[in-house]
Amino acid sequence: MKLTEIITNLDAKVINVTDANKEIEGGYCGDFLSVVMGKAPENSGWFTIMNNQNVAAVASLTEVGVIIICDGVEPDELLAKKVAQVGLDLIVTPYPVFEAVKKSGL
Amino acid sequence: MSDALHLEFEVSGNNFVSAGGASDEVKKTLKMLGIAPQFIRKVAIAMYEGEINMVIHAGGGRAIVDIYREKIVIVLKDEGPGIPNIELALTEGYSTATDNIRDLGFGAGMGLPNMKKYTDEFNLESEVGKGTTVTMVVNFF
Repeated sequence: MKLTEIITNLDAKVINVTDANKEIEGGYCGDFLSVVMGKAPENSGWFTIMNNQNVAAVASLTEVGVIIICDGVEPDELLAKKVAQVGLDLIVTPYPVFEAVKKSGL
Repeated sequence: MSDALHLEFEVSGNNFVSAGGASDEVKKTLKMLGIAPQFIRKVAIAMYEGEINMVIHAGGGRAIVDIYREKIVIVLKDEGPGIPNIELALTEGYSTATDNIRDLGFGAGMGLPNMKKYTDEFNLESEVGKGTTVTMVVNFF
């Protein structure tokens, strides 16, 4: 599914998107970074409520397709800066994780 | 063994801003060398976990990396408090991280287990009061 469709489905605010047409395949929900690192598939959507700069490191190492911060939680300043700097895609949705997964269409 | 590409990194303690820098550098180097993505992911995860452990528990340390044609050898050395019970520390879900650290998304007790899981060889030596040395090998085949 294209990232642009996910953004629409989730009424998401774009913090950084490098390519809205890229394909996102499946997803993973989690907030403990080591668990996410061990399990999140490449090119997937990572649903989380974590919002600090370590999220960028984990997303970059696991090569998830897009970070989806749920529940309207805003990324902190360092995270917002980091995703722009390293070219990671990050969006924020107002929906809680369970709702967000259902609405995403993934 | 003389054809190794040798890299060394200082990992500073309690600094979550620079944490992951060494893993990222190694990942970039492996990509440049044309190593297959599935091996790069294993190395990146295992090394990031090790880096974070040194940041959280040991006040920093040193990462010594040797890349050969067929494998990578990563040695993580710290002079932190050491691990009193290695078997327990290697148990999934066991963590001594504080609430502060958990708020950052760490402390799931998956660090050492992930390092073991994603490497082909894993060796941990630790002495209480002296420090810990972890050696990890990932084969590229």
